[in-house]
Amino acid sequence: MKRLITALLLCTLPFAVHAELRVFACEPEWAALADEIGGDLVESFSATTALQDPHYIQARPSLIAKLRRADLVICSGAQLEIGWLSALLQKANNRNVLPGTDGYMEASSFVLRVDATTEVDRSKGDIHPQGNPHIQVDPHNMTVVARALSARLSKINPENTESYSANLEQFLDRWEVSIARWEAAAQGLQGKRAITHHKSWVYLLGWLGIEEVANLEAVPGLPPTAAHLSQLTKQFASGEADVIIRAPYQHAKSSAWLSERTGIPAIVLPLTVGGTDGATDLFTLFDDIIMRLKGAMDDA
Amino acid sequence: MRIVSLFGALMALTLITPAVSAADNTDIELLRTAIEDLRADYDARIAELERRLEVAEQNAAQASYAAQSPAPAQAQSSGQAAFNPAIGVVFQGTLWGSDGPGTDSEGFAVGETELIMNANVDDKFAAYLTAALAFEDGESELEIEEAWVETTALPAGFGARFGRVASAFGYLNAKHSHQWDFADLPLPYQAFFDGRYVDNGVRLTWLAPTDVYMELGGEILQGEGDPSGLAASTLFANVGGDVGSGGSWLAGGSYLERDNMASLTGAHFVWKWSRDGNWKDRNFVFQTEYFDYGEAGVDGGWYAQAVYQPFERWRFGARADGLQTDADDPRRYSVMFDWSNSEFSRLRMQFTQDRTGAEDRNEWGLQYIHSIGAHGAHEF
Repeated sequence: MKRLITALLLCTLPFAVHAELRVFACEPEWAALADEIGGDLVESFSATTALQDPHYIQARPSLIAKLRRADLVICSGAQLEIGWLSALLQKANNRNVLPGTDGYMEASSFVLRVDATTEVDRSKGDIHPQGNPHIQVDPHNMTVVARALSARLSKINPENTESYSANLEQFLDRWEVSIARWEAAAQGLQGKRAITHHKSWVYLLGWLGIEEVANLEAVPGLPPTAAHLSQLTKQFASGEADVIIRAPYQHAKSSAWLSERTGIPAIVLPLTVGGTDGATDLFTLFDDIIMRLKGAMDDA
Repeated sequence: MRIVSLFGALMALTLITPAVSAADNTDIELLRTAIEDLRADYDARIAELERRLEVAEQNAAQASYAAQSPAPAQAQSSGQAAFNPAIGVVFQGTLWGSDGPGTDSEGFAVGETELIMNANVDDKFAAYLTAALAFEDGESELEIEEAWVETTALPAGFGARFGRVASAFGYLNAKHSHQWDFADLPLPYQAFFDGRYVDNGVRLTWLAPTDVYMELGGEILQGEGDPSGLAASTLFANVGGDVGSGGSWLAGGSYLERDNMASLTGAHFVWKWSRDGNWKDRNFVFQTEYFDYGEAGVDGGWYAQAVYQPFERWRFGARADGLQTDADDPRRYSVMFDWSNSEFSRLRMQFTQDRTGAEDRNEWGLQYIHSIGAHGAHEF
């Protein structure tokens, strides 16, 4: 009976088939967050996948077409997309999503970024003066950005403010519980030492209390050199680190090489949603990260 | 902590030593090694504790930012927010040589040094300047290559650009020399435009609200040799999209009419591929253009080129370009490879077999392209 009433009620509602807002996310984690906060009211699109290095993306025609019709652009920012986003924005002829408008937000501008520097010199490699942009791998950052995104969606689509707020509360309830679960599960990881391919994991490692002892890249953004790798083999000859971490789009060669010579296990962690088969949404992203880290440390 | 441990170990040594003075040497040796071991063990443990403390302190610092109050009212925006325009300089030069009947020569040419500046003018306009600094015939020259203002606030997918612009005719025409995959332009560009077609005028574009990229546009330009008139105009259309997770394409047609000259029609196709769309690692680009020129003598021109990057930093490419004339069909074949230490530096070696003259010529060039300062994102 209840089900019948619900069905009848649903029939009386206007067909809300098409979404109210089109969200153009530069990276999959922001598309996933937009889905959480926007629900059926938004149609999200991610310009990149977890298998692509977001520093290096071609300003493809398909992306320009998507941006042309977007109501909101959400990107990591802090110059992560400096090599392609401005070319897309210039070609898309969409005045509603230009930097400075309500239709444009950089997630990293809402959190405290680490490694910001005024020493801007390209001899030090691909540095981000505004700090490390890979903020999504600390779930506490995600909490902050979720609030900001809800506020922004309400601003550009005020009629649905209640829905966005309700979705936010619902998401945060689940999120806080999950954070507690992840933190409990990851307790044994505190004080462990990690070697990472690129500085993609500073927020994750900071959150879990894992120390970053080295990078495979001698200079950020440039491929690991043979000289640097062999120096690392010497430095970690007797295994003074617990794990070597790379993102799915970073080639396995370097970390496998170092792992072979030092006996330190090398693993792939999803840097965003879709990075591994298990990381299907924001929740399973962190489930998978913790599981993989623990798996590697147990082996060690 | 370390001092305490050392002190402890020393105390132990001084206390123990007199007591065992009567014992024989082997006992002393045994004790000494035992104490050494003890001390080494303590040192290791203390180092471990110190390291853990450091990590804990780091974590505390990290935790404090995570606990901060959410969502500041206004987000600061990055990029070109500063009032100063973004400024970049691109340095280029070529060491070249050629051999063939009567044309043996070689030399070093510092190419154009490009000075690029751009910024938002206000909330409705952005402006862009490229100046080329060149050293020709013993004199320094400063040439305004492009200097235009662009609208950013037109509705409904419209955009306009005015000033001195590189025409949207063709594909390669809008690309700066530092973006070329070969050291020189293909023959049709050299034949029809004597380089790139850059002119004074206004451009209007419209982007269709479709999932398939569709851009339509036109330009009204001054035309060469007629400063008082608007003697040239173009129409162009571009479509493009993705194929699978790694492929993307762009196809377009364009039409140029100039007073006192035959019209020129162009068609282009570009295909780019990288595995899973991860451009950094391995990628492939194929591009081709065809030009139809309705004037007696030169009927048209074409080029086709492919560039493959098998792994980071290294790229290999081949190009064929030619013209269609009444007399014969002059052609060139080029191969190149280049090495990019980063996205800001590139060294290139190119070989060209030139079959445009009466007899074949071979050319080689060693080119450098280095860029400093702000460098805008490149178009597809």
